Amino acid sequence: MDRIFERLADIVGRDYVSNAAEERFIYSRDGGVQMPHEPDYVVLPNTTEEVQKIILLANEEKIPVVPMGGGLVLSGLSIPLKGGIVLDMKRMNRIIEVNEKSHYAVVEAGTALGMLSAYLNKHHPSLKNSLPDAPPVATVAGNIMIHGSGHLSQSEGGFHSEMVTGLEVVLPTGKIVKLGSCSTVPYWFSRAPLPDLAGLFLGWNGTTGIITKVGIKLFPRPLLNDGLMFMTEDVDTVPDIMFRIVNTEMCEDLTFFITPKPAMFEGFQMTIISITANSEKEMRLKKEIIRDALRGYYESKEAGFVPVPKEMKAFLLEAPQKNLSAFADVRKGGGFEYVGAIIPVEKIPDAYRAGLDIAAKNGITYSLGGRMIGRGHSFMFYFAYPFNRADKEDMDRVRQALDDTNHAALKMGGIPWKAEVSGQQLILKQMEPSTYEFMQDIRKLLDPNGIMNPGNWEVNP
Amino acid sequence: MNALKFDPGICAKCETYDCLMKCQYMDFDLESAREERWKLIRGEDTRILNDCVTCYACEEYCPYNNHPFYLIVERQEEKGIHPVPKPIEKSQIKAMAPKGVIAPMKVKEPVINMCYFPMMLGTIRGKLFEGASAIVGSDIFCNLMYLHFARNSVIKERLPKMIENIQKNYLEPSGVKELICYHDECYGTYTSWAPAFGIEVPFKPIHLFEYLYNRLSELKSEIKPLNLKVAYQRPCSNRLSPEIDHFVDDIFGLIGVERVNRKYDHENALCCGGVFEAQQRFDLMEKNQTLNVDDMKENGATHCVFNCPFCFWTLSDLVSQKGMTPIMMSDLCHQALGE
Amino acid sequence: MKKEYADIIHRCFRCGWCKLPLNFKDFNCPSYLKYRFESFSSGGRLWLIRAWMNGEIQTSERFAKIIFSCVTCKNCVQACAMPKIREYLVDMVINAREDMVENGVIPPEVRDYFKAVSISGNAYKMPQEQRGAWANGLDVGRYTAQEYLFYVGDVGSYDEEGVKMARSVAGLLKKVGISFGILASDEITDGNEVKTLGEVGLFEQIASQNIEKFKKLDVKKIITLSPHAYNSIKNEYPKLGGNFEVYHYTQVLNKVLNDIPMGKLNVKVTYHDPCYLGRWNNEYWAPRSVLNSVPGLELIEMDRNMQNALCCGGGGGNFFTDILGTGPDSSARVRVNEAIDTGASVLAVACPICYRMLSDAVKAEGVEEKIQVRDIADIVSEAVNK
Repeated sequence: MDRIFERLADIVGRDYVSNAAEERFIYSRDGGVQMPHEPDYVVLPNTTEEVQKIILLANEEKIPVVPMGGGLVLSGLSIPLKGGIVLDMKRMNRIIEVNEKSHYAVVEAGTALGMLSAYLNKHHPSLKNSLPDAPPVATVAGNIMIHGSGHLSQSEGGFHSEMVTGLEVVLPTGKIVKLGSCSTVPYWFSRAPLPDLAGLFLGWNGTTGIITKVGIKLFPRPLLNDGLMFMTEDVDTVPDIMFRIVNTEMCEDLTFFITPKPAMFEGFQMTIISITANSEKEMRLKKEIIRDALRGYYESKEAGFVPVPKEMKAFLLEAPQKNLSAFADVRKGGGFEYVGAIIPVEKIPDAYRAGLDIAAKNGITYSLGGRMIGRGHSFMFYFAYPFNRADKEDMDRVRQALDDTNHAALKMGGIPWKAEVSGQQLILKQMEPSTYEFMQDIRKLLDPNGIMNPGNWEVNP
Repeated sequence: MNALKFDPGICAKCETYDCLMKCQYMDFDLESAREERWKLIRGEDTRILNDCVTCYACEEYCPYNNHPFYLIVERQEEKGIHPVPKPIEKSQIKAMAPKGVIAPMKVKEPVINMCYFPMMLGTIRGKLFEGASAIVGSDIFCNLMYLHFARNSVIKERLPKMIENIQKNYLEPSGVKELICYHDECYGTYTSWAPAFGIEVPFKPIHLFEYLYNRLSELKSEIKPLNLKVAYQRPCSNRLSPEIDHFVDDIFGLIGVERVNRKYDHENALCCGGVFEAQQRFDLMEKNQTLNVDDMKENGATHCVFNCPFCFWTLSDLVSQKGMTPIMMSDLCHQALGE
Repeated sequence: MKKEYADIIHRCFRCGWCKLPLNFKDFNCPSYLKYRFESFSSGGRLWLIRAWMNGEIQTSERFAKIIFSCVTCKNCVQACAMPKIREYLVDMVINAREDMVENGVIPPEVRDYFKAVSISGNAYKMPQEQRGAWANGLDVGRYTAQEYLFYVGDVGSYDEEGVKMARSVAGLLKKVGISFGILASDEITDGNEVKTLGEVGLFEQIASQNIEKFKKLDVKKIITLSPHAYNSIKNEYPKLGGNFEVYHYTQVLNKVLNDIPMGKLNVKVTYHDPCYLGRWNNEYWAPRSVLNSVPGLELIEMDRNMQNALCCGGGGGNFFTDILGTGPDSSARVRVNEAIDTGASVLAVACPICYRMLSDAVKAEGVEEKIQVRDIADIVSEAVNK
């Protein structure tokens, strides 16, 4: 009899714990190229109290614990590097509260972003949440926890982690704490004006605790949705173009893509400007203001707005975009992984050139692009490389390209976002030693037994 | 090679300069029209080069068939003018390039040339097109759209091969001599542009509307009159074959449809504005579209009938928003036959 | 595994779009909804099949459960983000089942089902002679040369709720003047569930027997009670030489009801799209049109309707094998609550499997006062008889 299995079964119920070969196989890998590592157990908790009991057990037995949301990060952050328990949080998917006037929702950590969106559509149609380009089963907590971004990041305040108004977490020692205004009053409106502890759990890859509830900002949902596509041939003009568009404060989302296929796009850069409005008049005005901001470019005929057929526009404005997932099949192989580098806006051309060079050097195809974060505060530039899952050498090439990209991103002054372990090590090597030491001090304080997702954010895992 | 058959002597004798005087987008008096036309002929700078919106209309306006519009396009290209921003132009040239995938295929009459509109193949069905063969693809694309980009050179380079592809892969082996052109622009390519540039067309192009009229006449007893009032959106490319316009009324007569009398029809038709957007003339696009669609609505149209798929994609939303039904001519004819 | 599937199974990205409907309302894959392990989602299942083919995992009871827990509802086919593989997702699972059947590594419940069908000609191990008993007292004759053969199926012939439905459909078809006959004790199972559970040989035997029988009787047109039979006779029988005009009963009713006088019913109804009529065969309108023809009936749509419908959980053989079991996360119970949320008092069905699954779910949830499951023919009959 497996003692730990039985104890876990006592906590969550026999139906929601598995150490079967099938679950160990599936949870050992994600859709990217990272090497598999099997868990010993997969557990599906249903309540914060169950999570707490599991953590207490894990401390007692010194078993690693790895939280998992949608499992869509692609860089292996929910793969248990040192075995142990994978906590699949998706049973905890209740929408607890929506406060319309104060524009926030409180949800359990495993709530799918798509389901939150559908709920708001039906019950609170004047509000919406920011959606990443990940598939709709990506979870609210998983996404904020990795500093995800999405279609409202440009206009509404940056990374999704910046849209968090409060958290409930289970610390590695088993204590349950609330962070933000919800710790003091019954409302989850903000992390300020209290000492901001939420940052201890954002971007840490689950090494400091398990998020069980999230307060997330909601935003007004205008009635109309349209877009413009601006095409350039000279990538060095793109930062200025982006700067001008951002400064109009008229667009909701600002993204960018470069792709060698179809051939008509190769060698060009496409900037997608998403606009929302509450009336036709407002929409026309916003378009006019944005067009005016770029008049110099299009009158020179060196760049221009592309007439976009309605069907293609629907694709571009879709949130989340299904065809981004379909990119995984470009190599007829059902896979892609990407480096999302957070870079200063002025580095877009450098990133573009680096991406083309790396793809050429490694003999792989690519898709490059990104999204403006905040009102021009940084840019999430992705270097996406598809691969054929049935071709080991193809996967090796992509692995190499990702490593090259991590190096290139850091060199140009960017930081790979949600990096895989090897990428994390590059970051840590470049990090101020005092910062790294501070991170480790915090981890030792919060997680004295070192059970939380070990192997992450460590120089020598 | 492929020089434009333009005779400056004809312009020298012209007293009206209709090509510019009738232009809907540029303002001239007779004096300035003559002056600017001659600057163009001589290859000098003229405001025509940048102000021309490429609506093709002056091809129709010229009573002497002296190709005023094709000359504008030649001069634009010589002068390095890009009506459409260069990245978009280059991208479109790539996008519509022949893929070299054509393979011989047996066809039988009537053979309908769908150009590079595979998405429209669904309309080739039913009694209206009974027994028809349809041909489509990048390797038979007429390329005439590059007039809007001031790139006659692309058409000159590609069209001869397109014609050869059609003739050698489809028509000749099957003993077919006539080709029905679904899109006006193809018909205009073979009947107007190709002869103007000395390119031989070995088959006989038939306009879709001529085919529809003849076919509907054969099926007259099966037509159920639609009793509709419609506006007709005349496409730019029909300016190259104005002699076809009567077929619109002939077809409508057969199917019980009234073409509403409105300002922006026939010789005064307005461009759908799709090209204006590509040329970054946004205000003009919006103005044109509003005038055009309001004109349809104010004159009692319940439907807007299109020949050109590009006009359809550009205007159908606005037409619907104004409470009218956008429909392609071929689909309207299907309806009349209960298909 | 067939080469055409072996060549593409690696192309699943496990992106998870398959778990949700197109409108993201809630988990829409019954096996994932029930078990919540990634292995029970469509993507997880396909990755495991590939691992099994490559020898990375071995056959086991758990593996068999994972493979046979798919209800073949095609939500994944509908929602999958990969255009080149999506239409084959369920086919690949069925093909894996076929391989497991061939290797004799199937769950006992599945084995028992095949045995019952093979020996008794039906899933209920009931005597063939009793097959037509559902029609007792209805004045429904055997098929001789009427316009339609009314094919009833196993559930309609033997299940308590199924029999109710067969009787109301037959009664209504008769009332509206449709000319039909039945096979009665000569009818055997249609084989749809046998096929989806992977017993190809048995399916072909059943189908061939049926085809021969229908041809011998010179059957041209068939009305089916069940969308499952509709699917197999319409789509699979032609591959074995059986070409018939096949209709689901709602399609036949839809053609004639405009001319039938009906009384007014003041009732709020919500309609549950059966997977084998909806996503499998794109028929969303005929049942709605039939319901809308009833004066006074207000048809209210559930959030997950048409191609977004949540399966009752009875497909893929699960109605007979019950591999998914019950529990509050069983899709039938979730569906019943969704129906109640619309404010309707009637949950209309067009499939005897859905009828039974949802009726049992109403009882399990204890909501008999709030909602009643009725088949479409029963609702329409009430109006016709008024």
